[in-house]
Amino acid sequence: MSLITDVGAPPAAGFRVTRSQRNVAWTGVVALAVVVVLAMFPYIVYSGTTAILVQAFIVLTLASMWNLLAGYAGLVSVGQQAFLGLGAYFVLILALHGISPFAALPVAAIACGVAALPLWWLVSRLRSGYFAIATWVLAATVMLIIERFTSIGGGSGMPLPGLAGLSPTLLTAYTYWAGLAVTVLALLATYLLLRGRLGLVLTAIRDDEVAARSSGARVGLARMLVFVVAGVGCGAAGGILAISQLQVQPSADFTVQWTAEMAFATIIGGLGTIEGPIIGTAVYMVLQQTLASYNAWYLIILGLVAIVIALFARRGLWGLVDSRLHLRLFPVGYWLRTADGNGRRGGRRE
Amino acid sequence: MAWVNAIIQGILTGGLYALFACGLSLMFGVMKVVNLAHGDLAVVAGYIAIGIIFVTHVPVLWSVVIVVPIMALIGYVLQRTVIQTALDRGVLTTLIVTLGLSLVIENGLLQFFSANTRGIGAGMTLVTGSFSIGSQIEIGYLLLVVFAVAVAVLLGLQYFLSGSRYGRLIRAVADDKEAAQLAGADYRHVFGIASALALGTVALGGIAYGMYSSLDPTAGTDTILLFAFVAVVIGGLGSLWGTLVGGIVLGVAQQVGAQINISDEVIAGYIVFLLVLVLRPQGLITRRAQT
Amino acid sequence: MTAPANGQRAEGTPLLDVKDLTVHHGQLQALDQISVRVYPGEVYAIIGANGAGKSTLLRTIAGLHQPTTGTVLLDGQDVTGLRPERRARQGIVMVPEGRRLFGSLSVEENLKVGATYARTGPWTVERVYETFDWMRDRRGQQAAQLSGGEQQTVAIGRALVANPRVLLLDELSLGLAPVVVQRIYAMLPQILETGLTVLLVEQDVSQALRVASHIHCLLEGRTTLEGRPADVSAEQVEAAYFGLAGASNPAAAKAPPVSLDGSSQPGEGSASLWPG
Repeated sequence: MSLITDVGAPPAAGFRVTRSQRNVAWTGVVALAVVVVLAMFPYIVYSGTTAILVQAFIVLTLASMWNLLAGYAGLVSVGQQAFLGLGAYFVLILALHGISPFAALPVAAIACGVAALPLWWLVSRLRSGYFAIATWVLAATVMLIIERFTSIGGGSGMPLPGLAGLSPTLLTAYTYWAGLAVTVLALLATYLLLRGRLGLVLTAIRDDEVAARSSGARVGLARMLVFVVAGVGCGAAGGILAISQLQVQPSADFTVQWTAEMAFATIIGGLGTIEGPIIGTAVYMVLQQTLASYNAWYLIILGLVAIVIALFARRGLWGLVDSRLHLRLFPVGYWLRTADGNGRRGGRRE
Repeated sequence: MAWVNAIIQGILTGGLYALFACGLSLMFGVMKVVNLAHGDLAVVAGYIAIGIIFVTHVPVLWSVVIVVPIMALIGYVLQRTVIQTALDRGVLTTLIVTLGLSLVIENGLLQFFSANTRGIGAGMTLVTGSFSIGSQIEIGYLLLVVFAVAVAVLLGLQYFLSGSRYGRLIRAVADDKEAAQLAGADYRHVFGIASALALGTVALGGIAYGMYSSLDPTAGTDTILLFAFVAVVIGGLGSLWGTLVGGIVLGVAQQVGAQINISDEVIAGYIVFLLVLVLRPQGLITRRAQT
Repeated sequence: MTAPANGQRAEGTPLLDVKDLTVHHGQLQALDQISVRVYPGEVYAIIGANGAGKSTLLRTIAGLHQPTTGTVLLDGQDVTGLRPERRARQGIVMVPEGRRLFGSLSVEENLKVGATYARTGPWTVERVYETFDWMRDRRGQQAAQLSGGEQQTVAIGRALVANPRVLLLDELSLGLAPVVVQRIYAMLPQILETGLTVLLVEQDVSQALRVASHIHCLLEGRTTLEGRPADVSAEQVEAAYFGLAGASNPAAAKAPPVSLDGSSQPGEGSASLWPG
């Protein structure tokens, strides 16, 4: 199934269209190094730290997905917590049937992707503001439906079986690695998706939807794909949540606060950039850890900062860095190089 | 019959929901803005009312007279500053900003008031009293009054929009804000007035909700925004009286659901909403003026 | 500025003085150093092909578009920085391209909106009804249900009740049958006798030449012709409109605009755009 039904002409003589920039090779090496170092953490740091990092992994995964939705597909969803909860509950259901939660994780994530399809069908026609509220109605409905099934805990939830056999150290380590894997996969998937055809289509839609449609881009298909991918990602994060909490709980797993977290992290870091969620999550975690004793204050501050950034610094903290240094860790745009070697950046416009 | 009672209850609740919804509908109709903080601002109104009653000991109904204009003013200022700036940046930014506002308000309320629920006017006959028709039908004073207020508000809005200078301007700006500019109207000011109306009405709804049920920090999105939205969708985007129709349908669906199974009350409403989304997205009353 | 050789145009301050207006749409230059001077009581017509920049000029004068450089003066006052609604209240009122009535409002409500921020003057809703007699009976009808010509008339009425000093008319003929267009333009004298000044943009050149006291031709954002209809030949207008001289002789296209009232710049003797 092709997302674009037209093939463009090759660039005119005297111009080259390139993807890479000088810092890509560096980025790849650094990223790999970072992942390797992170993977070693269970051996070198306290379990308290890994627990915090697992939280960060969840937020980062969620933020990447929300970024895909809002920053690239133009879909502001206030209901991604539906997939978070569904992911947690799918893991629970599989665990209740004897499957190890870790093994259940990928299955649960894919199940969330499948569940995304009928949900998309329900809301896809709505205009953006109503789309937002409708996604949230859906999340609330999903929670209410799940709460009715006492076999999976009803309104108060239940503990997650299947992990009792593991020693605490191993459990922490496995949870951590699972979280790391999910996050890396989420970022990788985002990068690869945006680098390919989907990325082109999405950028085209973002810039001018009518023009995009008339030049052959399958707008509805592109958006649906993004919605499904976001469902998978958020579902995977939900599975990690269940594993890390060792329980599922409707009020905690389906709360709209998750949207607050992923939205604020994304906006502050930089909506519409892949690097943004990373920075945003870092800011989020720092604030949360330092203000943890003050309850909801970190969310209030985060929210206010997010509002200010949304109004005055559209591309977030990363955007501020990027515009000064022209740095791009994840090259998904195109550079137009003229014969004299000067580059003009294209492919992604504010 | 208990069913008749349930249906009457549902119809009357529709008035409350119409108060929730008419502001949302107005803001969308005039400036194409979905204010995700709409419900939270209603809750804020309720908390301000509680605060005023607590500090000054005025009669409960006086708090309405005080709070509604305050909220209308807040609506105007919010529109001229934050929301207009967001609007200038685009639809996405507006949604994000109102989402941010909503979450900030909720967490702010959580901080200051804790998650406990609070009611308004707990001891009043208006709130707790009712009269009976026959043996099975009981009609609470509060819901009846709220329904009457809702109808009065909708009538007032209709009269204002159709007959007054600013009402005309609001409709003109909603049709074509650039042409309105050319006629000398500052659409930002008109937007502000529409927002003031929206927030004034939803403040009324918030206080009524505080009397009818109880307020907690998350009621803004959990209940008010959700029901407002459902009522608007059912009644048809762009129709003011449609919000009453939508509110009534929602209310009846909920009460019928509760008759079937007490825990089905809320979900019944959502199911109606989903059905309308699927079967007839335009709603039951479509906007007659298609330009 | 240089005094007109034969003194047709009034002395003193122009009512509307547009100086060296340059307007961009993003990266694209729509207008290049355009200057327009409209004197009280004139009917000043701007003509040109599609994309010449006519509507952009009018919209910039109305304030819907900010120029990159240049100024707009209303009776000597600089209005360049004013928002469109302020300019409307000062007396620059535009009838936009495509009518742009408030579709869900009735005819009368459309007029009343126009009158909301009106200046004092002879025009009232009542007077509009007297001028366009069909309107009174249909005043309760929803604007969206009117025919194109009727809508255009209501749009003009909506602008008139504001009692403008300068009335901007943007492509009145667009989408209307020629008969209807003629009828509308036939009303222009009635409008003018109340002391208005009109600046209009028109695709239909012959129509423009018929009503205008001064014409100004644009091509690709530049002025190619300016003067009284009486002083202009059909060939000259054609050449200016299509830039024919420019196609065969690029140098001529870049030649300074011809002012046919004799006020062309010193040193340029030719009054023709044709080479040789």
